[in-house]
Amino acid sequence: MAALTREETEALIQEVLEIYPEQAKKDRAKHLAVNDQSLEKSNKCITSNRKSLPGVMTIRGCAYAGSKGVVWGPIKDMIHISHGPVGCGQYSRAGRRNYYVGTTGVNAFGTMNFTSDFTEKDIVFGGDKKLAKIITEIEGLFPLHKGISIQSECPIGLIGDDIEAVAKKGNKEINKPVVPVRCEGFRGVSQSLGHHIANDAIRDWVLENRDGDDSFPTTPYDVAVIGDYNIGGDAWASRTLLEEMGLRVVAQWSGDGTIAEIEKTPKVKLNLIHCYRSMNYIARHMEEKYKIPWIEYNFFGPTKIAESLRRIASHFDDTIKEGAERVIARYEAEYQAVIDKYKPRLQGKRVMLYIGGLRPRHVIGAYEDLGMEVVGTGYEFGHNDDYDRTIKEMGNATLLYDDVTGYEFEEFVKKVQPDLVGSGVKEKYIFQKMGVPFRQMHSWDYSGPYHGYDGFAIFARDMDMTINNPCWKQVKAPWKTAASSEAVKAVA
Amino acid sequence: MPSVMLKKNPEGKLVFYVPKKDLEEVAESVEFDTAEKWGGEVVLADGSKYYFEPIAPPDFPITLRAKRVDSGEE
Ligand code: SF4
Repeated sequence: MAALTREETEALIQEVLEIYPEQAKKDRAKHLAVNDQSLEKSNKCITSNRKSLPGVMTIRGCAYAGSKGVVWGPIKDMIHISHGPVGCGQYSRAGRRNYYVGTTGVNAFGTMNFTSDFTEKDIVFGGDKKLAKIITEIEGLFPLHKGISIQSECPIGLIGDDIEAVAKKGNKEINKPVVPVRCEGFRGVSQSLGHHIANDAIRDWVLENRDGDDSFPTTPYDVAVIGDYNIGGDAWASRTLLEEMGLRVVAQWSGDGTIAEIEKTPKVKLNLIHCYRSMNYIARHMEEKYKIPWIEYNFFGPTKIAESLRRIASHFDDTIKEGAERVIARYEAEYQAVIDKYKPRLQGKRVMLYIGGLRPRHVIGAYEDLGMEVVGTGYEFGHNDDYDRTIKEMGNATLLYDDVTGYEFEEFVKKVQPDLVGSGVKEKYIFQKMGVPFRQMHSWDYSGPYHGYDGFAIFARDMDMTINNPCWKQVKAPWKTAASSEAVKAVA
Repeated sequence: MPSVMLKKNPEGKLVFYVPKKDLEEVAESVEFDTAEKWGGEVVLADGSKYYFEPIAPPDFPITLRAKRVDSGEE
């Protein structure tokens, strides 16, 4: 199918909105837009970070998910207590595939679920005593842990427990950081506020721990990687490039990260932000308090990687600038071979995305490196500043959809007929049953890494494997194919 | 009175960031921007105006309180 014109895309949005009642139609219309590259600011065309409409199928998560699942969870040597009923933690346990090195249950705790398992009694009488007991027990059972975070689930805020007081007492008792996080699920409109709350908790309870302590030897090339959660090993594939160009990565926030790394971050020279949405807050704070500049970078696909390496290097002296060029040259043969192999198979294929955080705009370059085109994109929980950064990346007259509903997404896909949809596990089976090739772009469909040059090779292979899979020819019922209806006519 | 985080971008222009509103905007003009005094009315690229109590030139980046001028809100 040929690309839609601006008018056609606008008509498509109107058509999809038609089914809603008046009020809902008005509200949803603000979240759907046709991209216009000439705009400087996204608030001229799209509204974001608003409460989802009751009654529609949204794909968002809650503040607890943003704090426990995204920001804090991957810090591997801390124990994160899902404080409240058992379900919130158990059903999301180990789902994000943040890889880490360590012995689970001994000095790393990433895939385990710790919960205070609230029951009626705790709701009625309060759970502070139980929480204090858990802290003592954790210290006895897992002596090698380096700290505890208390991730509040909804009931904690509702019954008014004083987890801050318990945390302070616990901290004195075990002599390790104990961090209360007020990320009750009902706060805010999506997981996004959870990221912010988690950032603030790091700021208030962890970041200052080594202020005034200069025992950590620094170098002029110290950087921190912020907002890489090491999904399928992403942070490792990024880190090798930075180290190869001569930088020293002091901290990884937070994939495969430790609390010691976080405490040392105020000593670095430059903060590198991959996921802007979930961690820009802490970067801005460090810029103000410690005068550490920060830049955004993008390690998806060779074009963006080269751009980013050069931009990062521009903050350092010539050894690093040369280092960046060396790295780019060194991998050139490798990524060119990947492009030569897959581009002919993927050229011209059209993709629709609906993801969170940074990917709705960051992966566009990687698709374009393979000759593919992203014709629609949207964020689950993006804000205006995310869309500001997206407008220039997307082609003119492509679709933008914020907090898209299940119904809208299906309709858009039916009409636009992309060759690939990239979204999450909740969307996966719907589209596969519709016969549309699908990749999970949150968890990389149990593959990865996709960051860096190494990741690009895997990304290209996965996209090819999905789009050109022979199974898509088999999903249509045999009596519904053109050939068989011809046959039926012939018989009749 | 929103809290505004102010910093200089690589081009030396003042960047305005209001966390609550996800507003990130370059300042077009600052009423007082001398060695002795900084502040007054600040006009952003999108046309909105904010007012800062004039102070001695601060060390950017910094968070300051501002008043919205045009709409008179907060
Ligand atoms: S909304 Fe509340 S109850 Fe639901 S998962 Fe989040 S914290 Fe748990």
